[in-house]
Amino acid sequence: MFNHLLSLLIWLPIVGAIPVLLAGSGRPNTARWIALVVAILTFVLSLYLLPMYNTADSAKQLVESHVWIASLGVHYSLAVDGISVALILLTTFVGILVIVGAWEVIQTNPHQYMAAMLVLEGLMIGVFCATDALLFYVFFEAMLIPMFILIGVWGGPRRVYATLKFFIYTFFGSIFMLVGLIYLYLKAGSFDLATLASLPLTMQEQTWLFFAFLIAFAVKVPMVPVHTWLPDAHVEAPTGGSVVLAAVMLKIGGYGFLRFSLPITPDASEAYAWVVIGLSLIAVVYIGYIALVQEDMKKLVAYSSVAHMGFVTLGIFIAFMLVRGAGNADAAKLGMQGAMVQMISHGFVSGAMFSCIGVLYDRLHTRQIKDYGGVINVMPWFGFFYVLFAMANSGMPGTSGFVGEFQVILASFQANPWIAFFAAFTLIISAAYTLYMVKRVLWGDITNPHVAEMKDINGREWLVLGAFAAGTLVLGIWPHPLVHLMDSSVTQLVTQLGNHKI
Amino acid sequence: MELSTSVLLTIALAPLVGCLLAGFFGRFIGRAGAHTATILGVAIACGLSFYVLYQLTAGGAPVYNQNIYTWFEIGKYSAHVGFLIDRLTAMMMVVVTFVSLLVHIYTIGYMHEDPGYQRFFSYISLFTFSMLMLVMSNNFMQLFFGWEAVGLVSYLLIGFWFKRPTAIFANLKAFVVNRVGDFGFLLGIAGVLYFLGTLDYATAFASADSLVGKTLQITQNTHWDAATVICIFLFIGAMGKSAQVPLHVWLPDSMEGPTPISALIHAATMVTAGIFMVARMSPLFELSETALSFVMIIGATGALFTGLIGIVQNDIKRVVAYSTLSQLGYMTVALGVSAYAGAVFHLMTHAFFKALLFLGAGSVIIAMHHEQDMRYMGGLRKYMPITWITMWVGSLALCGVPFFAGFYSKDAIIEAVGESHRWGSHYAYFCVMAGAFVTALYTFRQMYMTFHGKERFTVVHDHGHGHHVDHIDDHGHHEQGIMHETPHETPWVVTLPLILLAIPSLLVGFFTVEPLLFREWFGSAIHVNEANNVLGELAKEFHGSAAMALHGFFQLPFLLVLTAFAIQTYIYLFNPAVADRIKTTFKPIYNMLNHKYWFDAVYYIVFARGGIALGRALWKGGDTAVIDGVLVDGSANLVDRIAGGVRRLQSGYLYHYAFAMILGLILLLGGYWLVGQ
Repeated sequence: MFNHLLSLLIWLPIVGAIPVLLAGSGRPNTARWIALVVAILTFVLSLYLLPMYNTADSAKQLVESHVWIASLGVHYSLAVDGISVALILLTTFVGILVIVGAWEVIQTNPHQYMAAMLVLEGLMIGVFCATDALLFYVFFEAMLIPMFILIGVWGGPRRVYATLKFFIYTFFGSIFMLVGLIYLYLKAGSFDLATLASLPLTMQEQTWLFFAFLIAFAVKVPMVPVHTWLPDAHVEAPTGGSVVLAAVMLKIGGYGFLRFSLPITPDASEAYAWVVIGLSLIAVVYIGYIALVQEDMKKLVAYSSVAHMGFVTLGIFIAFMLVRGAGNADAAKLGMQGAMVQMISHGFVSGAMFSCIGVLYDRLHTRQIKDYGGVINVMPWFGFFYVLFAMANSGMPGTSGFVGEFQVILASFQANPWIAFFAAFTLIISAAYTLYMVKRVLWGDITNPHVAEMKDINGREWLVLGAFAAGTLVLGIWPHPLVHLMDSSVTQLVTQLGNHKI
Repeated sequence: MELSTSVLLTIALAPLVGCLLAGFFGRFIGRAGAHTATILGVAIACGLSFYVLYQLTAGGAPVYNQNIYTWFEIGKYSAHVGFLIDRLTAMMMVVVTFVSLLVHIYTIGYMHEDPGYQRFFSYISLFTFSMLMLVMSNNFMQLFFGWEAVGLVSYLLIGFWFKRPTAIFANLKAFVVNRVGDFGFLLGIAGVLYFLGTLDYATAFASADSLVGKTLQITQNTHWDAATVICIFLFIGAMGKSAQVPLHVWLPDSMEGPTPISALIHAATMVTAGIFMVARMSPLFELSETALSFVMIIGATGALFTGLIGIVQNDIKRVVAYSTLSQLGYMTVALGVSAYAGAVFHLMTHAFFKALLFLGAGSVIIAMHHEQDMRYMGGLRKYMPITWITMWVGSLALCGVPFFAGFYSKDAIIEAVGESHRWGSHYAYFCVMAGAFVTALYTFRQMYMTFHGKERFTVVHDHGHGHHVDHIDDHGHHEQGIMHETPHETPWVVTLPLILLAIPSLLVGFFTVEPLLFREWFGSAIHVNEANNVLGELAKEFHGSAAMALHGFFQLPFLLVLTAFAIQTYIYLFNPAVADRIKTTFKPIYNMLNHKYWFDAVYYIVFARGGIALGRALWKGGDTAVIDGVLVDGSANLVDRIAGGVRRLQSGYLYHYAFAMILGLILLLGGYWLVGQ
């Protein structure tokens, strides 16, 4: 069984979605329980990755490869490294929490909702495992479908606009990637990522390819200025959709840079690193100010996601300046690790923030900050979690939110103090926009009589928020295991960056 | 005998256990359970801290420097959680846990009517844990952890009474202003890693000299001295946490929190973290004259100008708050003239007498049923003698009257500034000297308005009302100047801490000045270049504590205190109308002080309102108008419009298509004919 662990991880939730669907709308509880069991099984299986993955070995592991489309040389080939393992664990972990989180909340066709979630989970795991570019692309695009359905069916009043925007925006981006992949296939005769990585390319070729990949992944991350789909998608998505979107889907953008831009177009990536770094810093500062004035809680957290993901792209691309400019591979690793830790951490923190907003929304059916105020008076346990996650969102040491940002800022100072200067601005602005929201939602006296009737979180909500809190705190207090898990893969990646193709 | 890791871990973790018990199980263990658990935790930490101090001094234990666990390790960079315990740390641990223990006990009395009793105990124990992590750290990462964690607890405690709009405004302000400091601090840490390649104190300090001559490229042609850049950035962190001008604005507002935490966090311990940090970093600061001058001038400015504001305050806690700002300025000046030991010494004496003054003020506030305005007090000395006497001890210590603890530390700072030849030291000397006069002015005013003179409140007995006023509803909800029962001395849980703090406020200077200041007691913990050693110069003239005090009676600072005493005695005991006359005569100056030099107003308009306006402009202008309006929806609309136009061609009428075919044929043939020609 463990020879095909990765396949199992991908297909278990997807196949598991079938009985969930078959349970039908008449037996919602059966559907929920099957979905939960499938999600838990997937999570337990994914835990087997930890003993099976050898952290000392930088090579891709748990390899599976079968010919898929022989005429095009497309393989169904899977393998993982430390970075993939970390992201798969995040996916399966969040996978359980969104099922539990939606338990009573989704009342219309819960079987379809749960099935869509499971399919989505399987596809996302597929993205993190694929080592064939076309297979990656298939998972990458297929992911849009369940998310499209989740937002379009269970979303808010403007869901049609939001889904369309979400779909076309991301599809627009990935088309460029497809063109790039076809070009590479014609040149190399293969879609194997390792082959593509060692393919010699001229600077001109690399530049075209780099921007093709950049557009695809920048939309996904999202980076400024192609981020505007995210606030709309989040606002209209159901809570679970937002959680998956923020916690896992955005990471696929960052992951894509690692698997495509860096190894295939290293020289163009170096030449245009300044573009990505500049956009990342704009994300921190410009988006920070925009987050400050949001009146809708989900929009605020969505914008804050864009700002936090800025650290991911920053950490990845300063590595070039450090490896090739300063010749400091260790600093490059520090930045790259920071980016990776930030991805995982943002998974916990943004997932938790959206879950918190979901808790409030379920009670008052509004996301407007002005409708709240004084929530702490009636929901003290909720208040505890909300403050904890708000602090994590503003990068408080002891929570996961600090670790990645700290590493990226330390590394970027090595590249150029000015980069660190703008990146560190997050300390001020993230505290300002997050705590300003907390002030208006949580603190104060109750002004809205409906707030007075709100009940504190129930056991189910406690479970979800508690699990996120555990992730946030464990990672914040002891990041070493995660860093260690990814260490050899990051080292490998950084070494690769140093290899010129021209 | 060496220090044991388990003892140190117990010191740090015992308060955390107390915090978790009171916080998560507060409902089960009840009020008594919560305060017992937390007090026990802090008492253990306090007892063991004294033991550690004893081991390091009398026991001859070597400095302890060990990592507990690895936080991350990436190539040559690593971060750990670990402890560095030398005499500087041990002294801080004793001060922190001792004051914290007394504040815990005091809280039983101060908060006994409050519904958030358990929560409060949980917070102050969490604070004690965080502060201990800060001072015990052996590396920059953990220092930053403690630094931010105490900020978090401060945020929670300032906003403890979360229904008050002023409290939740103040805690947000405190956090964000502190984050401005932390912004600099983090860059300083990044600079240390860049130039010295490590986050570990010992390794960094050992190679500190390698900074000499290194520069940081700022622009194409500008290079700044590495040590100066690092030290100024680190000091910006200290400016936030230790409330130095111009990042001082959060501290007076922090008085919205309950009084016990004003004593613990916003006077005795947390705000002195910046002072501790700079003293700890002395090997780095010694490398930059520029940075030290900067430190000195910032400190001196605060010492004088924030003290002046204290003169016009009417809220008893705010007077003490401005006094704290001013005293923090003194400590910073001492750092700036390389008298690090003097700064830390003043930190210690100040912790005792300022905690005493705050807790005394709290005792008055309890007796006055949460009236904080001194204009409605007066004559309280006969109702609450213990509070009255202990507060006088604290006040005299604050003013620097010889033999009191504050005299030794403050006089040493003034003398040290006088000895210094650093750029700007004349300005600093003027500030600290004038500051001594100002300190005495506001201190005596406060004491007179509170305890002496005529009673400015009336007692109206009506039982059943007034005693059970909810803490939360105290501010301004009842008529000022009307008491429903005679004020009386507070219970022993309140007065005992006052007495226990009064003792060190009186004696600690006399007994410790010699080793701490003049016999290099701190050893390797503090590094001073020989050329900068102003305390060493002073040591040559030191002939014992008693002689120093006797000499002090004839020095300018004490004469200034006497003058202030005479002025205030005349005004507040004999001729109160003078105060109002001065106020009207010097209206512009009074206005300036009353508005705190307009710092708050300007910051509010520029940063808070300005930030929101900027955010809105970027949102509406950038995201909504340009990106979404023009690019995204704009391109969608363009496609829509083109498609709409093209659609008209597809009308479905046969004759339209026939006509188009004929037209096409003509064009084609015509074109063919033209080309043929």
